[in-house]
Amino acid sequence: MVATMQPMLTSRYGLPDSWKLSNAERAGAYVIARKALTTRTPAELKEEVKKANLRGRGGAGFPAGVKWGFLNPRGGDQVYLVVNADESEPGTFKDRSIMTQDPHRLIEGIVISCFAIGAHVAYIYVRGELAFAVRRLERALEEAKQAGYLGERPFGIDHAIEVHVHSGAGAYICGEETALLNSLEGRRGEPRLKPPFPAVKGVFGMPTIVNNVETIAAVPDIIEMGGDTWAMLGRLPGDGGVRIYGVSGHVNNPGLFEAPVGITMRELIDDYAGGMLGGRPLKAVIPGGSSTPVLDPRRKVVAPNATDPLHQWHGQSEIDVPMGVDTYRALGTMLGTCCAIVMDDTVNMVEASRNLMRFYKHESCGQCTPCREGTGWLVDVLDNLCAGRGKPEDVDLLVNISNNMMGNTICAFADGTAMPMLGMVQKFREEFMDAAVNGVPEGIRHDESARRMVEGWT
Amino acid sequence: MAFALTPERERQVDDIVTRYPERRAALLPVLWLCQRQHGWISPEVVQYVAKRLELSTAIVEGVVTFYTMFFDQPVGENVIWVCRTLSCDLRGGKAIQEHLERKLGCTPGHTSSDGKFTLLKAECLAACGQAPMVQINDDYYENLDVKLLDRILEAHATRGSEAAAAEFATSARLGSIRASKGRAASTAPPPPTQEAVRLASQPPPPSDSKGEG
Repeated sequence: MVATMQPMLTSRYGLPDSWKLSNAERAGAYVIARKALTTRTPAELKEEVKKANLRGRGGAGFPAGVKWGFLNPRGGDQVYLVVNADESEPGTFKDRSIMTQDPHRLIEGIVISCFAIGAHVAYIYVRGELAFAVRRLERALEEAKQAGYLGERPFGIDHAIEVHVHSGAGAYICGEETALLNSLEGRRGEPRLKPPFPAVKGVFGMPTIVNNVETIAAVPDIIEMGGDTWAMLGRLPGDGGVRIYGVSGHVNNPGLFEAPVGITMRELIDDYAGGMLGGRPLKAVIPGGSSTPVLDPRRKVVAPNATDPLHQWHGQSEIDVPMGVDTYRALGTMLGTCCAIVMDDTVNMVEASRNLMRFYKHESCGQCTPCREGTGWLVDVLDNLCAGRGKPEDVDLLVNISNNMMGNTICAFADGTAMPMLGMVQKFREEFMDAAVNGVPEGIRHDESARRMVEGWT
Repeated sequence: MAFALTPERERQVDDIVTRYPERRAALLPVLWLCQRQHGWISPEVVQYVAKRLELSTAIVEGVVTFYTMFFDQPVGENVIWVCRTLSCDLRGGKAIQEHLERKLGCTPGHTSSDGKFTLLKAECLAACGQAPMVQINDDYYENLDVKLLDRILEAHATRGSEAAAAEFATSARLGSIRASKGRAASTAPPPPTQEAVRLASQPPPPSDSKGEG
């Protein structure tokens, strides 16, 4: 158990001009990369990442070491590393901080990862809105190149590494890895059918590893500590290390917090984020980005059998289960990006659902009919409910539409829309039924609790 | 009238195409260069880009219309994106939008009558912990209230977007953190606008209990 945690991923955030090479180097940047490239073999490095149980930090939680293991390039294949910095999932805002506050940690991770997987070119795909992060990254890349950490012979070894920043242009779907690859190739960001998976046939038809920013940023520490040791930092088996948690919404101190894998949502809200805004009661929390089904603190874990994965927490509130990829899956939600959206009792869940479903309607790429039409239908039905034009059957219609979207499309976007919709209806059904009969009370708004601060009332 | 990039940007295009094994991959970066110069992607820009990258205009248009940030019609001097997705909405996103509508005299999708500001609604801009926020041109303005927003608008209107960004944008704030507390694990609550300082000084969890209270 970690009693007092020294920040690792964020250890350099508070340094003066932390993004400049000289300052980052004084605090240890590139020492690990130099050691890794000059004294270790790619196979050893891959093994450490595998042992670390590093679950992908972009939301799906796939073990990074296993993903790397899928690579099996044939002769003449060029392997690519693509860093997914298209952070767009509502509620999620952690990757930008790495790029702006410690770009050299990301670049160091890229150098080690490229060497480990045999890639000579890496692309960092940054969402188009983050022009500032792009400027920081490009400057940092120049510095690293001048210092000889990138380029023809990084650290003097015979393994050329070039890193390029590629800006998106405003499309949530480009965070889906195959849509990202299409976008990188200069196409519309429409997801591709899988298989072939990117590790077999990715960008430009070549074997490609796509990893999240935070995943790659964790690599240097893993190599330095050893995968086994890093894995032990987490509080859960099979889910290693530390990660950056985010909290937004109705808390006193929204922001980013580094902590071990496996803290509980209650800890995150109360101990890290300063508790609920104005001391109001917690009504619901979306645990890891808007695609993860909502948690309801009133609900208790039901896992009476000793074989249930959540048996240890039987009878406790949903928000007292440790946050891990597997525990949250057992809970019927997803860990996602670990960036929580916290809602107090002033929030109407029908309105909140409508807000999120509008997002999905706007961001559906339109390639698959169930998603293109389904997201629009969900919004229409929710609009009717909110306006008092609904009827009780509409609540089941929401369930029906969602069920017809799930599993019927090329990528997981439709599932990521349907699951949170189903979660909302399942956990707050009475509120939906009430809206179906009475509509949502006129003038209700999400920002009732914060409006006073924003509008400066006295 | 035919569109052409400045010689400096032409050189950038030459550099960009070397980064990818396929010429088409330069499409998004080149469109960005054009939009920064011209303000929007006009039919002439589409013609130019298609010719420069040896693509059909249909392919270029297909890409332009897919991505929200490429404008296929002219916009005002400054473009304001107000984030209205849930995290911002919980913290006053709607109040910010209403204030902007009053100040600019236009609704989202339109430009103020003086041509200075185009107002647009944005889906999540990944700044949820610093809500409410807007993006103006290339920069983020976070932890807003209406008074601060007024000063930001005023700065844009009178001193231009660069000066405004240098004073108010998140990029400027994150650049000036050196002057603040550094990484000392202070006990005082950090100023709410400095995410980096907060990160360095956040407390560890108090105990290892599974938290029953």
